[in-house]
Amino acid sequence: MTQAVALIILLPLIGSALNGLLGLFVPGWRSQKAAISTVACLAVAGPFLLAGNLFLSFEQTEVVFLYQWVASGDLTIDVAYRIDQLSLLMTLIVTGVGALIHVYSIGYMGGDPGYWRYFSYLNLFIFAMLNLVLSDNLVGLFLGWEGVGLCSYLLIGFWYEDLSKSAAAMKAFIVNRIGDFAFLIGIFILFKELGGLDFDTVLAGTNTLSASTIGWVVLLFFIGATGKSAQIPLFVWLPDAMAGPTPVSALIHAATMVTSGLYLLARLSPLVLAAPEIMLLIAVVGALTAIMAATIAIAQNDIKKVLAYSTVSQLGYMFLAAGCGAFYVSIFHLMTHAFFKACLFLGSGSVIHAMHHVEHELHHRGSGSRVEHGMTAGVNHGDFDAQDIRTMGGLKKYMPSTYWTFLLATLAIAGIPGFAGFFSKDEILFKTFEAGYAGGQTIYYGLWIVGLLTALLTAIYMTRVLVLTFHGKERWPHSDTIRPHESPSSMTLPLWALGVLSVVGGYVGLPAVIGHGEYNWIHHWLGAPYGGPVAEPAMAGHGVPVSIEWMLIALGGLIAIAGVAYGWTRFGRYGLEFDNRIRGALNGAYTVFANKYYWDEFYDKWIVNPVMRLANYGVTAFDERVVDGAANGLATSIQSVAGRLRKIQTGVVQSYAVALVLGVVVVVGLFIWLG
Amino acid sequence: MGMLAEIPLLVSVVIFLPIIGMIILLFVPGDSAVRWTSLITTLATLIVSLGLYTGFDAGFAGVQFVNVSGTWLPGFDVKYFVGVDGLNLLLILLTTLLGPVVVLCSWTYITRYVKGYYALLLLLQTGIVGVFASFDLLLFYMFFEVTLIPMYFIIGIWGGENRVYAAIKFVLFTLVGSLLMLVGILYLGYTAGYVVNGGIFTTDWFKLLEYGIPLDEQMWIFTVFALAFAIKVPLFPLHTWLPDAHVQAPTGGSVILAGVLLKMGTYGLVRYCLPFFPNAATEAAMFIAVLAVIGIVYGALVAAGQKDAKKLIAYSSVSHLGFVVLGIFAFTQEAMQGAMIQMVNHGLSTGALFLLIGMLYERRHTRMMEDYGGIAKSVPVLSFFMVLSVLASVGLPGLNGFVGEFMILAGSFASEVVGRPILIAVATSGVIFAAYYLLWFVYRVFFGPIRKEENRSMLDLNLREIALLVPLAILMVWIGLAPKAFLDKSEVASAAILQTVELKREAVAMNPDAEGFVIPHDLSGYLATAK
Repeated sequence: MTQAVALIILLPLIGSALNGLLGLFVPGWRSQKAAISTVACLAVAGPFLLAGNLFLSFEQTEVVFLYQWVASGDLTIDVAYRIDQLSLLMTLIVTGVGALIHVYSIGYMGGDPGYWRYFSYLNLFIFAMLNLVLSDNLVGLFLGWEGVGLCSYLLIGFWYEDLSKSAAAMKAFIVNRIGDFAFLIGIFILFKELGGLDFDTVLAGTNTLSASTIGWVVLLFFIGATGKSAQIPLFVWLPDAMAGPTPVSALIHAATMVTSGLYLLARLSPLVLAAPEIMLLIAVVGALTAIMAATIAIAQNDIKKVLAYSTVSQLGYMFLAAGCGAFYVSIFHLMTHAFFKACLFLGSGSVIHAMHHVEHELHHRGSGSRVEHGMTAGVNHGDFDAQDIRTMGGLKKYMPSTYWTFLLATLAIAGIPGFAGFFSKDEILFKTFEAGYAGGQTIYYGLWIVGLLTALLTAIYMTRVLVLTFHGKERWPHSDTIRPHESPSSMTLPLWALGVLSVVGGYVGLPAVIGHGEYNWIHHWLGAPYGGPVAEPAMAGHGVPVSIEWMLIALGGLIAIAGVAYGWTRFGRYGLEFDNRIRGALNGAYTVFANKYYWDEFYDKWIVNPVMRLANYGVTAFDERVVDGAANGLATSIQSVAGRLRKIQTGVVQSYAVALVLGVVVVVGLFIWLG
Repeated sequence: MGMLAEIPLLVSVVIFLPIIGMIILLFVPGDSAVRWTSLITTLATLIVSLGLYTGFDAGFAGVQFVNVSGTWLPGFDVKYFVGVDGLNLLLILLTTLLGPVVVLCSWTYITRYVKGYYALLLLLQTGIVGVFASFDLLLFYMFFEVTLIPMYFIIGIWGGENRVYAAIKFVLFTLVGSLLMLVGILYLGYTAGYVVNGGIFTTDWFKLLEYGIPLDEQMWIFTVFALAFAIKVPLFPLHTWLPDAHVQAPTGGSVILAGVLLKMGTYGLVRYCLPFFPNAATEAAMFIAVLAVIGIVYGALVAAGQKDAKKLIAYSSVSHLGFVVLGIFAFTQEAMQGAMIQMVNHGLSTGALFLLIGMLYERRHTRMMEDYGGIAKSVPVLSFFMVLSVLASVGLPGLNGFVGEFMILAGSFASEVVGRPILIAVATSGVIFAAYYLLWFVYRVFFGPIRKEENRSMLDLNLREIALLVPLAILMVWIGLAPKAFLDKSEVASAAILQTVELKREAVAMNPDAEGFVIPHDLSGYLATAK
């Protein structure tokens, strides 16, 4: 057990160190691409198999102690890992999806000179993420938490020669640090009140801590979660994070890292349940983030940006579930989302890969054609954007595997009955409804309606992307002669794996109406009533009648079908033109959506620029003129007095000597006086 | 253990070996031989000092490896009294580690008056180790002043364009504080002598420890001591000598300055201010903590406003040492040990940052960030070490900086003396600002396209440069991942200091009108080990 856990944690670290240090200090290693990718993939596949074995033979929660990290006064922190239902499920998601994305990257990053560096960072990410989900205490979790942030920083800015990418990386790190700041204070409060930070101690605090303390702690952790998991008000880094290589977006910025906040809430669920006001806040923030990001997604033309906002939106769903006390459902959606969103991102990567080929061809044909075609098509080759869906279209026939898997994942995220997203999203909406019905708080009905609207929007914007990318006619210049082609099998095989999971992944959580919840495996696996670590609110009053639940399920399914049908037919018939119709219909609101509600502008104006001005002109000038000025002024006046005293000496060393002599005189005088 | 502790001269060898090297140096012809002599001397000192580490008994609260002479003057109990305990062990080792590192980093950087430079460097090392190892207050003071002279010349002769101004500023600031402290030392020596030493002037640390100083006297003596140390740290707003000294000093000078010289201030606070003046220190704790926290945020903001890379790192020291001072005045075991380890951490990561900026300067002869940009492409190995050091400095978990910061903040938050949530929250916001100015620094210097042609052909680190960075890098990761072995060294001593503080504080508080008295010997803490 100990060995298996140590290997799960250490293999990715070893892989990272091996590729990183060899690549850095032994330049010959950099071109050994087969060796690099073998090391990297084994470093993730190994932990997946080991975790799978632990998963299948799981009997009871175990804490694996490796060594003591800090012991000082009351503060004792171990490097220890908690093997339970929640951490094992998370580990399987992280290493499973992680392994697929590693394999995918072999093809996607094949031509990049930073191949070794890329895989080193990717392995390091897995190491940090495993610490996050497996650690038995908050400090170990925080190590993973900031570690994944570091890897996110390194990978967003992977192509560091592009300053805008580096800026996006920096933004991600700093915004996350704002959340981490709150997280740290939460930890300090718990340490002060409980004297320990391992989960047993922390969760026991549910019974001993005052309600206001719990409220503060949960609030602070939630603020931390809004950073890492991209919720209002700290979500602004995630769309920019799309600057990183697309497999990174799939792994870090969709499937795993950004879900850390949900894991945190699920892990601390007993504590969170004891802070009902904050739970309501979590639900409201989740719902608002969900619908806001969905409206933004409708108005984006960059395929990755659409997926990024979609991720923000889906994370909002998960927080909505957590805020309703349905933590296991948020983990359920986290899992299905990992499947279909990773599939969508990898699919978009495959498309971008193909469009880069188009770009390359265009570039190859030189500037002669630039004037005639480029300008008439309204697209300059120099500005050709391989991620812009407006220059795509008709890719279905060129890249069938990419298309079909993208289709499956789209249907899954849209929530078409039978697909993975349907089950998890339906469960979230149901739990929100139930919170209103059984809990008696009407506001949850409002959140439920927001959730339904978001579901409709999701179905529409995802179908829009699907149709504009793969259907219709080709819109890139010279499309008659420049043919994109399907990606290599190292990329399409992971796509198919994730595509299949996007279909079947939902059957682990069949709704309660089927066999009275007997077939909701994930609930049984995670839920506290069945011996799992994820707590649930005590059911107040009466549950939702079966007939209503059936109606809700039907409603959810119909909304998804309607959304997909609408997008499919409208964008299928009118193509890009339909965007203009939406714009016309929505009027000013569309501009707000397209400009992302001006969040960045707001932050720049009211926070970033004032702080930079304060630093550059305010404090720095103050330090030079006032603080240093006072010291120099004092020195000058002393010097002028001293200058009158000593007429002969001018050298600086002499004045030092004089000072020293004077000092000695004073001291000797004191000796005599005191003695 | 055991064997080594019985070598009475081990500490003295560590202190004075550099001086012996310095003397040999004076008779060695040729720059190359001078460099090699210095390197061998500092390496030998490092190896000998490892004996202190391996022979150290972490479970013993008192002083070990004691080396004590008879009194120097009849009628005055002033001695050569050196030794090692949990408070100074790691700082002594940090100094001896940085010795060869600084010699190596100056290898090609210093080309004028080579012999003089290395002679001063070795003298400086003796002074610093002496400061840390002294258990006699007057001896401590002498070593404290000894460090001033070589540093003055190192800045003033081998420094940048404005070196003389910076050197004088450095000396004057320190001197103002230390002369005042000398007055305090002498007064303390006399008054304590009457009470605890049969009327004989004494500066023996353990004897002074037994002396319960009356409340009103505590306050002013504490003030002069704390002022001298606060200037050295430097604590906001006494910091303005530091950026000038750092920017003008040659790389080696900056590394020593940031690495260990500043720690003489924080170390002095722990070694003298807390146990000698426990009531005054407690009284002043909140005031000092507020200054420390202002320093954390203020230093970070000023750092963010710099164009000169070296100045940026200099201001970051103001910020980082604010954490250390906060930890010292929190009076909790966690924060105290956090402060102890953070002194070492800062020496490693900021030392490395200055080394790396020096390496850039040697290549391009500019410290201005705008003259760089995109150099990650041309110097990947340098970039790797820089980013690692930056991350350690930012306090990323898994690297050393986090350990200290976390312990200091958690311990301060739980402190009864300074544990106001708002204050600690402001201190914690330092983690955001640190990310801001340090990552922005990396962004400006290393990322983006290469804008200047001369940066394209810049040479990456050579073997000498890699060799001097590797030990620092290894320690950053090691302390980050497994700090316990290092923390264990200061555990008992930190507890003893805090216990001493508490017992003395109560004893004095119970006798507010007393003239000054002997603290009863049966108290635990450091007093228990006093002879």
